[in-house]
Amino acid sequence: MRFDFDDEQREIKDTARQFLATRFKPEKVRELAEAGTYDDSLWSEISELGWAGIAIDEEHGGQGLGMVELMILCEELGHACAPLPFLSNACAGLVVETAGSEEQKGRWLPGIASGEGRGAFGDPEVLIDGEGAACAVVYGSDDEVRVVDLDGVSLEPLDLIDATRRYSAPLGDGAGETVPGAFAPATDRILIAVAADLVGIAQRAMEMAVEYAKDRKQFDRPIGAYQAVSHQCAEMLYDVEEARSLTYFAAWAADAEPDSLPMAAAMAKARASEAAWSVCKSSIQVHGGIGFTWEHDLHFLLKRARAGARLFGTASQHRERVAALAGLG
Amino acid sequence: MDLTLNDSEAAFRDEVRTWLEANHPGEEPAGDIEAFKFRRAWQKQMHEAGWAGISWPKEFGGRGATLIEQAIFAGEMARADAPSPANILGLVMGGPVIMAHGTDEQKERWLEPILSGEEIWCQGFSEPESGSDLASLKTKAVKENGGWRATGQKVWTTFAHESKWCMLVARTDQEAPKHKGLTYFICDMEQEGVEIRPLVQITGEAEFNEVFFEGAYIPDENVVGGEGNGWMVAITTLMNERAGLGGGAAVAISRDLGRLVELIKEHDLQDDPVVRQKVADLSIRAEALRLGGMRALTAQMKTGIPGPEGSIGKWEWAKLNQDLAELACDVLGVEGLEKGGPWTYKMLRSRANSIEGGTTEVMKNIIAERVLGLPRLR
Repeated sequence: MRFDFDDEQREIKDTARQFLATRFKPEKVRELAEAGTYDDSLWSEISELGWAGIAIDEEHGGQGLGMVELMILCEELGHACAPLPFLSNACAGLVVETAGSEEQKGRWLPGIASGEGRGAFGDPEVLIDGEGAACAVVYGSDDEVRVVDLDGVSLEPLDLIDATRRYSAPLGDGAGETVPGAFAPATDRILIAVAADLVGIAQRAMEMAVEYAKDRKQFDRPIGAYQAVSHQCAEMLYDVEEARSLTYFAAWAADAEPDSLPMAAAMAKARASEAAWSVCKSSIQVHGGIGFTWEHDLHFLLKRARAGARLFGTASQHRERVAALAGLG
Repeated sequence: MDLTLNDSEAAFRDEVRTWLEANHPGEEPAGDIEAFKFRRAWQKQMHEAGWAGISWPKEFGGRGATLIEQAIFAGEMARADAPSPANILGLVMGGPVIMAHGTDEQKERWLEPILSGEEIWCQGFSEPESGSDLASLKTKAVKENGGWRATGQKVWTTFAHESKWCMLVARTDQEAPKHKGLTYFICDMEQEGVEIRPLVQITGEAEFNEVFFEGAYIPDENVVGGEGNGWMVAITTLMNERAGLGGGAAVAISRDLGRLVELIKEHDLQDDPVVRQKVADLSIRAEALRLGGMRALTAQMKTGIPGPEGSIGKWEWAKLNQDLAELACDVLGVEGLEKGGPWTYKMLRSRANSIEGGTTEVMKNIIAERVLGLPRLR
């Protein structure tokens, strides 16, 4: 029994942390978010590192690694608040690989894995990162999942508060062809990827609060010396660590103990959705007035947390699923 | 990352499980005195099978189990709903302190009767005016030929009336700074200078006592760790308490959750959306507690000491027990108000969970200062 990353996983995490810290400095995140764009050269760079296809099998041009490795990258990307079409592309890859026909896999996975023919991802309400993508994997309102060729499809951008991703109006149930396989295991993996992004966001918002609480002085003391502030920070760690434990476990279960996956994924998404929102809110409170200004970076995290908490089911929707699995039927 | 048990760990779990199935002593009898006798007999039985000192090194009569084996053992005990051994404070605090700081004579004298349950131990730390701020304690011990005379009042002393020995921290130097003037004694409870009064708690029972020391005599050879080192010795004890009592917590909670789900179905409330949300929230937090424990254990195997992150577990454990019992009592309706009902008892008893063994506020201070590195107010 060892609930910790192995050396290779640790290296992926450390490399990702360092790489993202140099490429996505706060001013870069701000520049991209305010312009509402991605930096294509950065997407190419991370694709060359093999990130885009990390969990896609080698036969289709991926790295053939597992959900734990994908989750590690998602957490680090959330921590960096990186504006990148990574999550949508990874989600599209998970569905096509798990439930796609051989023909669909052969057609779309190599592009998703190399990052050169990205996959977008959507549900009945919203499409994420459609612009510039080769295909979209879309959950329909009719409980079918479709792969849509985006060539020549025009998208209607949605101006949502989360400026670190590109959103557009849903494609509807008409377009594309359905995936023939069982997609539930892919859905659970998607929940874990989103949960990991949320854990990263929460971790970053907590770090910012703690740093500020050490520096900012009022009444001649750092505000972090007052328990009204320090206990809020302790509560942030409680939220972050619980969400992290559940998310790591769910990723491990996806790779090693599939029977535990549905419950674990629902728990992770519920707790991480709640935790990220709660930590971002508290972090703004700890920052006081400055945290409420546009010039401070916290709002990018807060808004990404809000969007992530809503995507693919809110905390209460996943708690409902947990209740059913816990024996209440 | 590997969250499964390896072959030898699985074999160990099976061995514990089989033994517990064959030797479970059954339901604990009602009444404090009868219950204590029952637990004493249970400890003797555990000791004879080599389970009492599960974490103790073999040279002191223990099992020398690894951290994982200890966690498995605690989990199996909770799973089987097995009672705690009578001398729990001797096993998780007294023994480890003697092993870490005691002389050879002290080890020879005290360890074996702790394991067998022949001599029960209690803890004399908290005082009416010294709870979370333990180092401010006022009970004093004054040097007298060949020993010491202790005077003062301790409170929240579990099993004092059953105990032969008390782990007593007393002030031996009035001039020294508060953390430095303390000495750790092992005080004989069976003497005239010790008076015990039961402390009735909100549940109506008296698990705890007030203990009055009025010139109680302690010979020199009962000082542990040397004069003036009481704080350092006491801190070891407290860390052992948190590590030792935490092991089976997640398993016990998941067992209670299972009972709660059954209760909800019996009362036909399984479709109530509020109840469903609450049960899910409890299930998620209970799972987070279990997993957090595994992460802490992994870290402890690397560093050798329980980390301050364990404070999150203590805090969540208390909250879970409280929220779980409250929901059960809500489900029960008026039955949840009946004196002596098991959930009613739990609802009341769990109020202490966020106070005993370090308050939730102290846990938050530990996290803020030692994990997050925030400045201390004091």
